[in-house]
Amino acid sequence: MPSLKDLRNRINSVKATQKITKAMQMVAAAKLRHAQEAAEAARPYSRRMNAVIARLAARLKDQQGVSPFLSGTGREDVHLLVVCTAERGLCGAFNSNIVKLAIEHIERLKGEGRTVKLLCVGRKGHDQLKRPYRDLMIDDPVDLKQVKRLRFSHAYEIADRLIRMFEKGEFDVCTLFYSEFRSVIKQVPRPLQLIPARIEGAPEEEAGAGAATYEYEPDEKEILNDLLPRNVSVQVFRALLENAASEQGARMTAMDNATRNAGEMIRTLTLDYNRQRQALITKELMEIISGAEAIS
Amino acid sequence: MADALKLELVSPERELASRMVRKVLVPGLEGYFEVRPGHAPVLSILRPGVLRITEISGAETKFYVRGGYVEAGGEEISVLAEYAAPLEEFNAEKLARELRWAEEDLADARNDEERRRLRERLDFLNGLKQALETGF
Repeated sequence: MPSLKDLRNRINSVKATQKITKAMQMVAAAKLRHAQEAAEAARPYSRRMNAVIARLAARLKDQQGVSPFLSGTGREDVHLLVVCTAERGLCGAFNSNIVKLAIEHIERLKGEGRTVKLLCVGRKGHDQLKRPYRDLMIDDPVDLKQVKRLRFSHAYEIADRLIRMFEKGEFDVCTLFYSEFRSVIKQVPRPLQLIPARIEGAPEEEAGAGAATYEYEPDEKEILNDLLPRNVSVQVFRALLENAASEQGARMTAMDNATRNAGEMIRTLTLDYNRQRQALITKELMEIISGAEAIS
Repeated sequence: MADALKLELVSPERELASRMVRKVLVPGLEGYFEVRPGHAPVLSILRPGVLRITEISGAETKFYVRGGYVEAGGEEISVLAEYAAPLEEFNAEKLARELRWAEEDLADARNDEERRRLRERLDFLNGLKQALETGF
């Protein structure tokens, strides 16, 4: 049975924790708003880029000489998995969920006899993956810890690295893992195949004369081959932004739960404390009364 | 033929412009070309350079753009640039300083990776300098 003093100490410590989780929740809420705005601002670009690529790809479907960024290398032997997680913890199962999905893929690919290479973006994923898969890591994790606001240049650097590795033939397929932001309480970890590019959705049918009379400068194939590597950066950027929003959303929910749990704990501890105090008073009273009775 | 063009200028980070304009001068891969309302549909890669917009009022707005493409046709033009910023945001002095820094960094670079990155940056700054000096 803890003493009164112990109980008092515990109540105070839980209260302090609650203050911290409460503050973290509010900070996450503010950051979430920014992250969401940034993710939304990036959407028109990636949507249009996708539409144009889809259109060009559909027109050039059966032609030779299309960039391997779309057609692939013809092999699927070496897979590069880019695992994007957060730099910080205390955001529920956010990081673990992404890592879990990545591990599933690693094991499946290994089972099929493929070579797997790993690159982590964000320290948390690296921490979790380095124990079982140290030998698969091609490099230290990409560090985004100092990044306050995610810029396109961050994504560009990652994509640039991937593109150069691909051109050197260091892998055949590149898949990125990130968490899609559905809502504050729902984030879904997802794989995203970067190279060869997967064109989302069928190209929309163009109204009437549009399609046929387009003038291309230079020709269609060159445009497509120029846009495909650029699209890798765009996709990475989009994934990183979604990830940032998801992280804050997950943290907000986790901290909200933590705050509520702390409140619950304080309530039960206070109840215990009061009960014990009452018992102590009753005990003392009884001692006095029985003492008085013994004398009289 | 309408006398206005719907311009959309988008970078991955934000939408820089979405408004009606009179005409746009675009730095295409094979040279500058002007897009007015009723232009034949065209899809072109961008060359680093200055996008000159003539507003409805007749005033001219300039953006430095780099990497991406432009899609124009009829009464619409959309410019998707990997990097885009209003030209007024830069000033020659600051740019000269950054150029000098980049050159010094390049001289000190220890490995190929670093050198390549710095060369890219230098390339970018030089393009910007030229844009600022000549307006193209």
